[in-house]
Amino acid sequence: MTFSPELEARFEKFLTSYPPGRQRSALIPMLLYAQDELGYISDELIEEIAKRIGITTLTVNEVLSYYSMLHKKPLGKYHVQVCTNISCLLMDGDKLWDHACKKLGIGHKGVTEDGQISLEEVECMGACSWAPAIQVNYDFHHKVTPEKLDQLLDTLRKKQ
Amino acid sequence: MADLVKLTIDGREVQAPPGTLVIDAAKTAGIEIPAFCYYEGFSLAAACRMCLVEVEKMPKMMTACTLPVAEGMVVKTDTPAVAAARKGTLEFLLTNHPLDCPVCDKGGECELQDMVFRYGAGESRYLETKIHTPEKQYSPVVFFDAPRCILCFRCIRACNEGMGVGALGVVFRGAVSEIAPNVGDHLECDECGACIDICPVGALTSGTYRYKTRPWEMTHVGTICTHCGDGCKTTLGTRNDRIIRGNNRDHSGINGEFLCVKGRYAFDFYDHGDRLQTPLARVNGKLEEVSWSQALEVVAKGFKKTLAGGGSFGVIGSNHTSNEENFYLQKFAREVLRTNHIDHHRTGDVVALVDALSGKTGTLATVSDLYERKAVLVLGADLALEHPLLSYQVRANFRHHQAHVYAISAGTVREDKYAVASVRVGTPAPPSDPSRFAHPQGEATAADYFGALEQLRDRLKAESELVVLFDDSFKGGDVHKLVEFGESLGIPVKYIALVDYSNSRGAIDMGLTPELLPGYKPSGQTGLTVDEMVAADLAALWVVGANPYKSGAARQAGFLVVQDMFLTETAALADVVLPAASAYEKNGTVTNVTGEVQRLKRAVNTMGAKPDLEIMGFIAREMGAAAALGPWLPDVVFEEIRKTVRGYEIPMPVIATGGAAHTTPVNGRVPVELRPDLVRSDHNGLFASGTLGRYSRVLHKVVESRLSR
Amino acid sequence: MLYNEPSPLETKVLTRRFGLPNSATLKTYLDTEGYQGFLKAAKMTPEQIIDEVKVSNLRGRGGAGFPTGMKWSFVPRTSPKPKYIVVNGDESEPGTCKDRVLIENDPHQLIEGVLIAALSVDAHKGYVYIRGEYRYLIDIMDVAIADAYAAGWLGKNIQGTGFDFDLYTHTGAGAYECGEESALLESLEGKRGVPRIRPPFPAVSGAFQSPTILNNVETFCAVPSIIRDGGAAFAALGIPKAGGTKMTCLTGHVNKPGVYELRLGFPVKQMIEEVGGGIRNGKKLKAFVPGGSSCPVLTAAELEGATMDYDSMAQRKTMLGSGGVIIMDEDTCMVKAALRIMKFYAHESCGWCIPCREGTTWLRKILDRFHAGQGVRSDITLIGDLAKNMLGRTFCPLGDAAAMPTISIVEKFRQEFEDHLDGKPCPYEHAEHMVTV
Repeated sequence: MTFSPELEARFEKFLTSYPPGRQRSALIPMLLYAQDELGYISDELIEEIAKRIGITTLTVNEVLSYYSMLHKKPLGKYHVQVCTNISCLLMDGDKLWDHACKKLGIGHKGVTEDGQISLEEVECMGACSWAPAIQVNYDFHHKVTPEKLDQLLDTLRKKQ
Repeated sequence: MADLVKLTIDGREVQAPPGTLVIDAAKTAGIEIPAFCYYEGFSLAAACRMCLVEVEKMPKMMTACTLPVAEGMVVKTDTPAVAAARKGTLEFLLTNHPLDCPVCDKGGECELQDMVFRYGAGESRYLETKIHTPEKQYSPVVFFDAPRCILCFRCIRACNEGMGVGALGVVFRGAVSEIAPNVGDHLECDECGACIDICPVGALTSGTYRYKTRPWEMTHVGTICTHCGDGCKTTLGTRNDRIIRGNNRDHSGINGEFLCVKGRYAFDFYDHGDRLQTPLARVNGKLEEVSWSQALEVVAKGFKKTLAGGGSFGVIGSNHTSNEENFYLQKFAREVLRTNHIDHHRTGDVVALVDALSGKTGTLATVSDLYERKAVLVLGADLALEHPLLSYQVRANFRHHQAHVYAISAGTVREDKYAVASVRVGTPAPPSDPSRFAHPQGEATAADYFGALEQLRDRLKAESELVVLFDDSFKGGDVHKLVEFGESLGIPVKYIALVDYSNSRGAIDMGLTPELLPGYKPSGQTGLTVDEMVAADLAALWVVGANPYKSGAARQAGFLVVQDMFLTETAALADVVLPAASAYEKNGTVTNVTGEVQRLKRAVNTMGAKPDLEIMGFIAREMGAAAALGPWLPDVVFEEIRKTVRGYEIPMPVIATGGAAHTTPVNGRVPVELRPDLVRSDHNGLFASGTLGRYSRVLHKVVESRLSR
Repeated sequence: MLYNEPSPLETKVLTRRFGLPNSATLKTYLDTEGYQGFLKAAKMTPEQIIDEVKVSNLRGRGGAGFPTGMKWSFVPRTSPKPKYIVVNGDESEPGTCKDRVLIENDPHQLIEGVLIAALSVDAHKGYVYIRGEYRYLIDIMDVAIADAYAAGWLGKNIQGTGFDFDLYTHTGAGAYECGEESALLESLEGKRGVPRIRPPFPAVSGAFQSPTILNNVETFCAVPSIIRDGGAAFAALGIPKAGGTKMTCLTGHVNKPGVYELRLGFPVKQMIEEVGGGIRNGKKLKAFVPGGSSCPVLTAAELEGATMDYDSMAQRKTMLGSGGVIIMDEDTCMVKAALRIMKFYAHESCGWCIPCREGTTWLRKILDRFHAGQGVRSDITLIGDLAKNMLGRTFCPLGDAAAMPTISIVEKFRQEFEDHLDGKPCPYEHAEHMVTV
């Protein structure tokens, strides 16, 4: 399996950042950065990473299935994460979430037909003082009103 | 020995060695602290929280399974707070656990049932929907029902730590966590079933036992597994004279709780459709069913005719008949048939080892030694595949005592995973098997092994003691050389000559060889070996529990009598075929690979088949020779063995109560010609077991049996 | 970047560089006494460093509040095993967004804190564990680390002191439980984020089973000031037994939500009214959470005389916690709040132990049904009962974190639960809180 030179360089760095015999520590960073590049974690990727680290695919599956950010199915090009946890809830984050679902016609972990946008209702993302907050992939958006969300989604829909 | 630690549990003073866990210390005082996830021998989990107890001066309740005893500690397990905690935790557990008891295989043997009965609430307060996922099948032998799983993680630890296979894991998170198999949706593993037996509830259940009966309807009989030479005690659950299941319920054997796929599941050869239940006699060239009296008449007639005519007799014995049967057979051959052509297929050179150990005492290792001694050297065999109990002991020795394990072989072996030194010798056969269920293929000579041994000399010398296991890579003079090497290390060394089958050791001990009488006494005569008997123009050949014509040799013998369970290639050539009982259908004793004798306890009867000893006795009676040989009762014959066979002077109560006694064969030279050419191991892996394995449906059904060929 | 205006009532120690142009660069750092604490510490003995931290009365800023100097002193410095420094940047406690701004605006301060800690226990390798969602902060940290190496503030023989140290970032991938220190260490090893059996604690057996100092981002960030200006000065900012400042996140129904650095012992009333600008829309305060959703809530009445410090909160049977202050006005449905909080814990429960995974799931289901109008009276007592059955019995404090706020809400706001019985619609269903800007 081939990865971009940047990703290979990252893998190389990960595998050497930990004490000798402890390269398993590179597992989660490798999975996450590979997912960023490939869109999701395929069985092929699992086998490749298992081989490079020297563990079984069962172990890789045990680990990846524990973490919310790692997924084995493709999501949208732009993954919109809406927080509805307590501080955002108090600022009507739940209504924002309902609004997003209605606007896109999909639900939690759903993907639009064209594969452009996906939605996820997430837990606290660390933007509590600037609620309601959402993330698009790794980008934060604070104090998001339904109007702002509409604008944002419209922009995302048109992006390449 | 360090001073014992004194503590108080429920007002009782308890003393325990430092490092003992409170949960174990409590047991010694007869106080049971409930636990699901704690399991002796495996890593600690502290996951179920059932063992929470109050400890004075500690602000929170502590898990007794992770708390080591301390001087002056005061532990209380009988307080209202502890009772409330147990009740509360069980209540939580029952929220998602389905009410399957009426249809669940574990009902009646279920630890959750027992705990709820003792510590749980009488009513449920749960009004919500339960998390439900459908039951899954992970292999022909293993079913998994996630809703029933209490996530105690015993199965994962048993597989990973105990068996060293690691085919089970846990995926997802929180209340939707699930036990997952290692290859997509199924298991590729040893199919040993340890996960099923160790599961406290009915989450992991047996594919071969499902829905057949309730446990209280069975009679459980602990007897010795009839497959490999390790000598595990397996518990056969029987009902209406049928074996319904095998498991490790009886922990009293040398194997403790360990069993492999054969010990647990491969009893199913016993009721294969092809099982012989009626004697056969050749009439007009064809084998036809006859009655026992007719068959015995033909045999006796044939044998008496041969005797009268001064014709030659050959006797080929078995690797899995009992000591009593072997002893009686060689006596029959030598005293009644007056022949010394008696042999069996030898799978390991025990004779050479006994000879080489002349003058030394305490140099034969037991199964327990593999767990206790500080260093173990494995030569040739992939123990995990060929001698799974021995492998289990060695691995546990490594896990618990950090024992040093050395492995020398022609291909990768499981011991490589934790050996301090693994040496490859000879030429491995390409490609190496990724599934790791096949015996290490490769060509290596004894010289290759000795080269590797020299490489390891210094490291071995530095050990304080050593157990050496060797397979048929060492035979004849090479065994002597090996013992010399051991001597030269200057440390105490014990040996195990690996042999294949459930009574391979007993076959040699009881003199089923032309050159030896029982107890390694030279017979002083010559005699034909198995291959020679097959090729020779014998007047009569008597084959008991063996298949020497398997490779398709033509029959030369004038009169061929075969005792067996199935119509093997050999039986198909016979004049008379006498249906024999399996080890699970008779009493007697067998001697395992380490020379430990254990009794067989009859579990069921198969109509029409008779124990080999009985058959021989009936033949003797028919011939008028019964008085000369004595009663053909196992107990009586065993008495004679104990009195007359060197090494078998063992205490009867040990055997009678189901224990194991270590035999101590002759301590002196065995002045016979060494016959390395006769020694040939079948190297059965986990999914093969000579003739018996051929008729086990389970062994054929599991995917690994395909992978291992 | 700053996401809210600072407050004149702040005491800016950790946030001293916030708002400066290019505050995150090495140049700005060096121009503002950056790395001076490290150079000073390099000339102190390990015992002196730890003593100074003890004098400062710095307590763990992640939520547990354990005295930092004491924690460092548990590390067996002379052990033959290598020692490690691990930064807990997993910040996932609901209501908490402070470590984020510390890393974004002053990453070198964190590096310096790590270096000083390393000197005190002879550690030569460190990992900054940052939650996966904070990718841009990992990038910022990577740049800062690279710049530090380039200028000789990391690597071999730092600034000629003879001290070596290597620092790496390590990403999480979405799991609140990895904020628990032993679960974090498991995650660092590439495993599921399940806590370890304790004892042993990280100080003795931590990263890679070696002695480790593991502290929150904010805790490390306080250390350079402590060494540079002395522990006594830091201690004096706070109150006895709790020195210095606390990064406080005002969230919820205040006019000026934001992250503010306030002295320990800051009066709660003043914080809400003057720093936070009072409750929005002239509403009244209904419930107050001092430091993240794991803390029991307080009513407005209970806030009389309360100050933001460990003792004042403990007296009121709650905790100072992470600093995530959650302010709920009179239009907040407490049943809904309890439900959402429990939903969080049920989702994040690692699943290792029975009381937590089954208890949080059960409670979530009851609260769900209850808020939807299908509750029965006995549910109200049941909720408290079940939460108490989790308390003190779980493998790690997540069980307590789920139980305590639930118990406080159902006990102090019982009437709201009664108001949801008999199919009555939620009285607050139509309250609008949304931001209109």
